[in-house]
Amino acid sequence: MAAITKEEFRAALAARHGEELQRKFDAASVAICGLGGLGSNVAVSLVRAGVGRLCIIDFDTVDTSNLNRQQYFPDQLGRPKAEALRENLLRIAPYCQIEAHALRLTDENIPELLAPYPIICEAFDRADQKAMLVNRVLETMPEKYLVAASGMAGVSSANEIQTRRVSKRFWLCGDGHSDVAEGLPLISARVAACAAHEAHMILRIIAGELEA
Amino acid sequence: MIKVNGQEYAAEGLTVAELLERKGYDRTRVAVELNEEIVFKAQYDQTVIKDGDSVEVVSFVGGG
Repeated sequence: MAAITKEEFRAALAARHGEELQRKFDAASVAICGLGGLGSNVAVSLVRAGVGRLCIIDFDTVDTSNLNRQQYFPDQLGRPKAEALRENLLRIAPYCQIEAHALRLTDENIPELLAPYPIICEAFDRADQKAMLVNRVLETMPEKYLVAASGMAGVSSANEIQTRRVSKRFWLCGDGHSDVAEGLPLISARVAACAAHEAHMILRIIAGELEA
Repeated sequence: MIKVNGQEYAAEGLTVAELLERKGYDRTRVAVELNEEIVFKAQYDQTVIKDGDSVEVVSFVGGG
């Protein structure tokens, strides 16, 4: 039982953001593909802003190696990330509509699963999977807004992480080069900084601001 | 002359696949836009880059 009514919760957000902006956040629908260090942090930022509807997708389960940077708790180890994150997000924002899918996105299922969501966030960890999703979305759904990320590993300055508008409806966040394949660690704050770039670009798109 | 990620490059007449190979990109980890339009993966071998074209190669690294 939430300790705050839907109306009270919404009024608190509108008091912070202004009525006009909150109305846009309320009406927004976003799909987040991958719920690791990027996706789980993007999701938290979006529900805190009051985005009305989220689709969260990941085939994986919560592992001990995730706890340094991902928005899960030790008592959720072994559970599907989609389900565990949905619970955590509903504790933050009890009235958000969240569709959770514990499945692997592929060339075949991407167009159908992502069709209802005007804004898509790429938040995978593997480079080939990132490329697969980005290509599939740009090839088959050119009307979508797509925000992706590449390069957030290591201990280099977080100031290297940027958002770049690649084309009209495609933005890329990250430093562009720091690769886990080179043995670099994934550290909470730097990964979260990149996730915050993705989340903020998504909120800007919702607000009608399309420049990076 | 063409532009690749904003830099001038003498590669007109090459296909997208040839350009990626010459610049050392792994084609399983990139997305390519030609004059702000996505180049379909299946068209890399047939798509010829013309003088004055602008190519954007987004190359992904791992981590998330």
